[in-house]
Amino acid sequence: MSLEIKNLHAQIPGREILKGLNLTINPGEVHAIMGPNGSGKSTLSKVLCGHEDYEVTSGEVLLDGENILEMAVDARSRAGLFLAFQYPHEIPGVSNANFLRAALKARLPKGEDIDAVKFYKTMYARMDALEMDRSFTSRSVNEGFSGGEKKRNEILQLMMLEPKYAILDETDSGLDIDALKIVSRGVNAMRSENRGFLVITHYQRLLNYIQPDIVHVLKDGRIVKTGGKELSLELEERGYDWVTEEAVAA
Amino acid sequence: MSAALVPASKNTSLPVSQDSDSSASTGLLTIAPAREESAAPGWFHARSEAAWAEFQNLPLPGLKDENWRYSSAKKIELADHSPAAAPSSASIQAALAATEGLKERTARFVFVNDTLVESDTTGLPAGLVCVGFAEALTTHADVLQQHFMKGEQSLGSGKFAALHLAHVKAGTVIIVPKNVVIEKPIEVFHWVVGDHAAIFPHTLVVTGDNAQVSVVDHYRSLEGEGGLSIAIADLVGGSGSKITYAACQELADDAQALHLSSITAGRDASVKSFQVQLGAAFSRSESVSDLVGQGARSDMLSVSMPIGEQIVDQRTLQRHKAPHATSDLLYKNALYGTSRSIFSGLIIVDEGAHYTDAYQTCRNLLNSNEAEATSLPGLEINADQVKCSHGATSGPIPDEELFYLKARGISDGESRKLIIEGFLSDVIERFGNSEVLDTLVARIDEKLERAV
Repeated sequence: MSLEIKNLHAQIPGREILKGLNLTINPGEVHAIMGPNGSGKSTLSKVLCGHEDYEVTSGEVLLDGENILEMAVDARSRAGLFLAFQYPHEIPGVSNANFLRAALKARLPKGEDIDAVKFYKTMYARMDALEMDRSFTSRSVNEGFSGGEKKRNEILQLMMLEPKYAILDETDSGLDIDALKIVSRGVNAMRSENRGFLVITHYQRLLNYIQPDIVHVLKDGRIVKTGGKELSLELEERGYDWVTEEAVAA
Repeated sequence: MSAALVPASKNTSLPVSQDSDSSASTGLLTIAPAREESAAPGWFHARSEAAWAEFQNLPLPGLKDENWRYSSAKKIELADHSPAAAPSSASIQAALAATEGLKERTARFVFVNDTLVESDTTGLPAGLVCVGFAEALTTHADVLQQHFMKGEQSLGSGKFAALHLAHVKAGTVIIVPKNVVIEKPIEVFHWVVGDHAAIFPHTLVVTGDNAQVSVVDHYRSLEGEGGLSIAIADLVGGSGSKITYAACQELADDAQALHLSSITAGRDASVKSFQVQLGAAFSRSESVSDLVGQGARSDMLSVSMPIGEQIVDQRTLQRHKAPHATSDLLYKNALYGTSRSIFSGLIIVDEGAHYTDAYQTCRNLLNSNEAEATSLPGLEINADQVKCSHGATSGPIPDEELFYLKARGISDGESRKLIIEGFLSDVIERFGNSEVLDTLVARIDEKLERAV
């Protein structure tokens, strides 16, 4: 049981971005990927989810043994993969509650529906944990939400869908410290021995609140260094240039 | 061969010329209206006869007619349709069985082929008049004489309106006296049955000072090839009154529909009208709002969802004749397949209609590369201190919205459905009545199941 990324190559037309990425996330582990702008961090999250702008040219991604690269976007989610978006999209006219219900219903056998009472009870409890006002249930998905509200809404979805593996794509970007604490608390509440996390970030700050077990450095489409959480502090202090040099030297 | 072409009309007592072979072959173009000897007033007979002559004299609007740009009056196939025959008792039973109405309603009328087959008026408050058109001609001829088809057909369908006036015998006349308020809708079903049958339903709503009423017209097909509905609704809102009106057109896919509505909003009156175009191969609506009193308001709403090769043709006019009036139009079309929509809207602010607020928005969501939406917004402002805006947008479902929903495990089809429901939701919510809305959303869902 693991999320296993093997020799992943992906490109947009005319430019290869991921150049042989290897990474294995076991349930219970929190991995952080750090890297400079343009290293391929966000590409990785989108490729894993199946965004059509990116073409996978070789490699495999096995979710508990199943190659998800052959699955449609929605099937990957139902298989247990979750992406907290860096820039969550607005869906005018679709209420947050209806959206979450549709997502949960999609996981049930055809023809079955979710228990509405239980659904609202669970949702309200999780919204309380994220300090989200109840009015967010009837508001259109992300429409008119502030940056922090959008990120909290992503974590609410994470909490409701309870995936096996969650990728957080720069969840800290645009958050003030209070929002960062709330979001991190939500993520930490979801940490469990049955769930793996991949936390993608540009800044070490987030990792003070979501403590990773393993830290990777992504540079030019490859993981060039892996270490413990102390690595993130070193990166914060010294930047990324030295890592490349070391990788080249090695 | 001629035997198969004998017209469906069962009226033989009329002094119609008997060259029925030739007239049958050109349908509505030549089949004279069958007016029974009735207690209808002379003026009505005279207008009806004059309208028949007018219909025959008026040319069919041509391709160069501005009101028919991107469309064609030939889409309404007059020659192929004949006035609907009186329904059989089997058709009546079938129509009544298929009429699932609102639970919360004030009254209900069911017409089959322009024949009133059921009316439930037990919930009507005292003083409120709500009767079939034929009855109104005898009991409320004065109100009809004052308000019936008084507006000019300025959006291109003069010929069709004349045909309607020549044939009209069915529909409802609703007269709400001063200060009478009803919240629950009056619901009217117009069924068309039989091959190439044409109906001409009419709706007249007149409200007194501070009265309030809600009316829903449904246009539906029971069975038979083709089918044509040429319907007219006249809504006359008295001072401080409120009218809510919906025209829900759900005719068969091979039918044709024309709906002409004329709204007159008096001082501080508020009229909300809603065009729902879900059925018919060709569906055209013409909606004119005349804001004649200070402080009047007209909300003009519409949703359509053409699929396959359906064509939805929408023409609107917001005419501000008095100061401090507001009109707010929101039309939304979700298109599929090779369907087309045409929206042409004009705002005219008369000289002296100062402090006008007039808005017009048409949005089109294209769910296929072959679907085509045309928007022709227009403004003509002759007053000062006016707030006016018009805008039209067309585009596909944004890829990123779709990706976001799918990334949560929602299938492609279900994601599109959610987005389209969301797209249409603000129009539907603005209409307000929750039971009408629920029914409508269910009908839209049914259609989405077919489309997505």
